[in-house]
Amino acid sequence: MTEVLSAPHSMEFPYTRSTGPMVGAFLTGLRERKVFGVRDSSGRVVVPPPEYDARTAAALPHDDLVEVSPEGVVTSWSWNPKPRLGQPFERPFAWALVRLDGADTSLLHALDAPREQIATGMRVRVRWADETTGDIHDIACFEAVR
Amino acid sequence: MSAADGSKPVKGIVTPIRLDYRYTPGAAQSRFLHGLKEGRLLGRRCPQCGKVYVPPRGGCPMCGVEFAEEVEVADTGTLVTYAVVNVNFANRVIDLPYISGEVLFDGSDMTSMVLVQGVSPDEVRMGMRVRAHWLPRDEWDYSFTNIDYVEPIDEPDADYESFKEAL
Amino acid sequence: MRPVAVVSYAQHASAREDNRNEVEILLPVLREALEPTGLTTQDIGFTVSGSSDYLAGQAFAFVSALDAVGPWPPIAESHVEMDGAFALYEAWVRLQHGDIDTALVYAFGKSSPGDIARVLSLQLDPYLVGPLWPDAVSLAALQARALLDADGIGEKDLARVVARDRRNAAGNPHAQVSEQTDEATLLAEPLYADPLRKHDCPPVSDGAAVVVLAAGDRARELAERPAWIRGIDHRIEGQYVGSRDLTVSASTRIAAQRAGVDGRADLAELHAPFSHQELILLEALGLDEDTTAVNPSGGALVSNPVMVAGLVRIGEAARRVSAGEGQRAVAHATSGPCLQQNLVCVLEAEQ
Repeated sequence: MTEVLSAPHSMEFPYTRSTGPMVGAFLTGLRERKVFGVRDSSGRVVVPPPEYDARTAAALPHDDLVEVSPEGVVTSWSWNPKPRLGQPFERPFAWALVRLDGADTSLLHALDAPREQIATGMRVRVRWADETTGDIHDIACFEAVR
Repeated sequence: MSAADGSKPVKGIVTPIRLDYRYTPGAAQSRFLHGLKEGRLLGRRCPQCGKVYVPPRGGCPMCGVEFAEEVEVADTGTLVTYAVVNVNFANRVIDLPYISGEVLFDGSDMTSMVLVQGVSPDEVRMGMRVRAHWLPRDEWDYSFTNIDYVEPIDEPDADYESFKEAL
Repeated sequence: MRPVAVVSYAQHASAREDNRNEVEILLPVLREALEPTGLTTQDIGFTVSGSSDYLAGQAFAFVSALDAVGPWPPIAESHVEMDGAFALYEAWVRLQHGDIDTALVYAFGKSSPGDIARVLSLQLDPYLVGPLWPDAVSLAALQARALLDADGIGEKDLARVVARDRRNAAGNPHAQVSEQTDEATLLAEPLYADPLRKHDCPPVSDGAAVVVLAAGDRARELAERPAWIRGIDHRIEGQYVGSRDLTVSASTRIAAQRAGVDGRADLAELHAPFSHQELILLEALGLDEDTTAVNPSGGALVSNPVMVAGLVRIGEAARRVSAGEGQRAVAHATSGPCLQQNLVCVLEAEQ
């Protein structure tokens, strides 16, 4: 039986993506250290704002966004014991779904807080990146509100 | 906030992707690569249609049947088609123009892509008989790149009928 | 609706198949599925497959497995970048046209070459989610937390699911996990991706599965006891996990209604790679363990070849119906983060 060979193989692509007006408006907001959502046909403020209404399929207005607070409540969280390449932190951290004040849906991001202090319902706020460029990483992570 | 961004709305983002794998070629291809390390071209024959595949991938792609019999093919063969390349691409840097070709090694029913050297673009032709030029033995790895290129040998051109099936 | 049945099924799964490539894994499974029918791939009216290039990380990795089918002379073929269960749905739709009577469905994938939980990040929104690279385990854990926070479900319920699946896995030669255990032992294990423990997550599996479908009388010619597809449906929820209620599966509920589950099944095979998802699915399907045998194969918690496990649920359910282990079965398959898309299929033996 011949020894089976193996070799490391990496797949890399640079990808530049056009955002379109809605995602573009959301990211422009992040660059300005603001978080925007959009009101849909049911009256809910959805963050991040989708391009189309989930119920009616109508285009949602990217030029009529609703600003929400950078502070809100953890609606769910999980612990990441083994961070992987590209994730927000290189040491174990928490993921969280955060419903910002004024929004009716939750935003997914990392939560930097001691594990024993994390709980659904805790109040958190955005920690902005030192330099914002118009990218989801303009939110460095969430942190606990003391 | 970066002053350079100004107040222009965001229109694009850069999202690099990188995934890492540990690739295993499987049984048939591993055997082929081991053969190359020894300076041999090892193919497999389909028990149903009788064709010899180099390199073998585990099954005959025409019949959907597992290969069994191993067949060693020669490192001489026939250039069945070629292209004269005038543009470099990606990270390759070869003197232009160069000739890229498909060679049917003697004993194989499937061609292999090779670099062709030792003949000018005016003189290269379908049916030209060639031999593999291997790298120095101490540079051999588990790789088809052990064959640096093919070059013409002093034999009459192969008849079209003898290689048309491989085109 | 033209009656279509599963007339044959075969699968193979194992941990880390270093010795064989995808074609070498798939070939014997294809042979095993086709042999009892006497059909060759040339006799088949339509071939559809499910897999993804990203499992191997190579361009054309998926379509190059067609070598195993031996597509010469050329065949009518399609493929979906999803679990083979969805390829089966396409085959079912194709058979409704009435001009062909048989379809071959196959699925394959090696999860072991890459980091599968990270590979699955590629199916996420590439603008606002993907760049954070949330892996499949982290996302599932978010859903598990939401479920545990809701009333009525606790850690013990997750452990009960795992213990039951492993108990059933003892009878499954394709399971990667089958050691028998109990709830107390499981709960004593440390948390991994809080609130999930390692055993709440699926094993990494390489594998392939093949299902042969046939319509009407052709099905009766090819199998002694075909497993008839009485209903099949596929529904999709929004892609952003923060905009969904992760504690219920609305898409599964609607698909179940449309497929005619009707709260009745002797057995159900649920494609739940994470333990908490079985609870969500069972509720959405309107079934309960008192009247329905859940995951008699052990489910995706004991064997999870990605891109294959959903098709395996249909195959396992069909096999048991054909063998007389149940008159009526429900099979479910999922795709996307946290049960975003769901397919439900109802299978019955001939009356």
